[in-house]
Amino acid sequence: VTSITARPAIAGIAEVPPMRDPGDATAMDLVLEVARDAMLDAGLTPKDLDGLLLAPNFAGAPVTVSSMVSDYLTVRPAYCDVVDLGGATAAGMVWRAATAIEAGACSAVLCILAEAPDRRPGARSASWEGLPGAQWDRSFGPMGANSGYALAAMRHTYEFGTTAQQRAKVAVDQRTNACANPAAQFYDRPITIDDVLASPLVCDPLHLLEIVMPCSGATAFVVARADIARDAPHPAVSVRGFGEQTTHSSLASLPDVTRTGIIRSAGHAFETAGLTPADVDLLSLYDCYTITVIITLEDAGFCAKGDGGPFVADHDLTYKGDLPCNTHGGQLSYGQAGLAGGASHVTEAVVQLRGAAGDRQVADCGLAFVNGNGGILSEQCSLVLERIDT
Amino acid sequence: VSVDDAVTSRPAPEVTKHAAPFWAAARERRLVIQHCPKCGQYQHYPRPWCTNCLNDNLEFVESPGFGSIYTFTVIRRAANPAFAGRVPYVLAFVDLDEGVRFVSNIVDCDPDAIAIGQRVQARFEDVDDEHTVVLFAPVA
Repeated sequence: VTSITARPAIAGIAEVPPMRDPGDATAMDLVLEVARDAMLDAGLTPKDLDGLLLAPNFAGAPVTVSSMVSDYLTVRPAYCDVVDLGGATAAGMVWRAATAIEAGACSAVLCILAEAPDRRPGARSASWEGLPGAQWDRSFGPMGANSGYALAAMRHTYEFGTTAQQRAKVAVDQRTNACANPAAQFYDRPITIDDVLASPLVCDPLHLLEIVMPCSGATAFVVARADIARDAPHPAVSVRGFGEQTTHSSLASLPDVTRTGIIRSAGHAFETAGLTPADVDLLSLYDCYTITVIITLEDAGFCAKGDGGPFVADHDLTYKGDLPCNTHGGQLSYGQAGLAGGASHVTEAVVQLRGAAGDRQVADCGLAFVNGNGGILSEQCSLVLERIDT
Repeated sequence: VSVDDAVTSRPAPEVTKHAAPFWAAARERRLVIQHCPKCGQYQHYPRPWCTNCLNDNLEFVESPGFGSIYTFTVIRRAANPAFAGRVPYVLAFVDLDEGVRFVSNIVDCDPDAIAIGQRVQARFEDVDDEHTVVLFAPVA
């Protein structure tokens, strides 16, 4: 049995916070900036790194993206890969890196995600032959993720009676959190449930204020062997449990759109951690839409299936509350920087577990549950993260 | 046939070879579903083999096209200019009585009167000279 302190841990984190206009910055510019900051945060230099995990969507990246970024960073990885799980990519990187370290393949893995507009001519026109949506969805005018999550939300309302007020509560509590986080896009703009309900219906039943705002930005973090993480400048955050499941590309292929791969991913995460949802001090749940948080709370076991609506209404999800959730504001109020948006749930958990969250610090925060979600509830990755007190 | 200026043509589907018989039938205003004669499974969308028993000798069988709305959304802002003249319109998952699910639009209806569980039947709309899509409309 491996002791807690011997488990790989997150030793360093860095972010280029979400921004609406990145100016002339390219994704590669953001990669280099955030990679340096993550190494500084971990107290490491390129020669200390022997692993590299990258998100797949660097603008214009060729197929050999790992060697390209390695070359820029002067890292010579013994383990490198591109992790391709949509919004679950960051969480997926954490356990892959930890597992590779535990297997002895490497000792310190730098993980990088970045999002910036691709300004090359025709850059967004490519589609891959065989993508189910191109044949079976697009003739019917879907609105990307908006209509996908709306279809799930409508079914959730039908089966369980979930109300717009209950969903709006998620957006409101997260906005309260954002108002304590100067890096959030909606830092100084509190909202009420009425504000959410009065915002335009985009895809029934989802209102504008239940939907994320796309941004640019970047995130990097270092997962390292326990002894390396212990020697880093900040308290180490160990990877205590993990789980993952990918269930579909087209939401139509998920038989029950209110029951997701989170049942497996979170179940496995708590099982490997030897813990239950009741042990958690902080929730960091992928929130592309309000309904995503409600479904995640149910499927991860924080409440019974179908009770997510009343559950969020009855609990205070703010950093001051009885169930702190998405204390950075969540993507809904912090901003969603592409795949780095999902990484903000990992970095916020680390910041809180370090006790470094400032005005929005959750008291006695020792254990966090993180869930990453990709596509239309397609890829799910769950983590249980724990502060190591040394 | 005159076309309302405000309603431009839908984007055509990118047809794969496994699904070509489905699209050819739709062109003839017939709805067909892939069926495995070995294990009896229906599957949609079409694939080169049965996902239940791996049999690669599958058939397409004709369906009367009756089903129920599993879930839906009313899209009130067109993301794609081709749909600007159609808002608000209903995007739905329809569960055919054979047990397979279609992504489609519910047409000839009041979008605000649509409900989950509502019975629907298939109908057809030509997108261009080569492609016909399967839509659904409420039945009494």
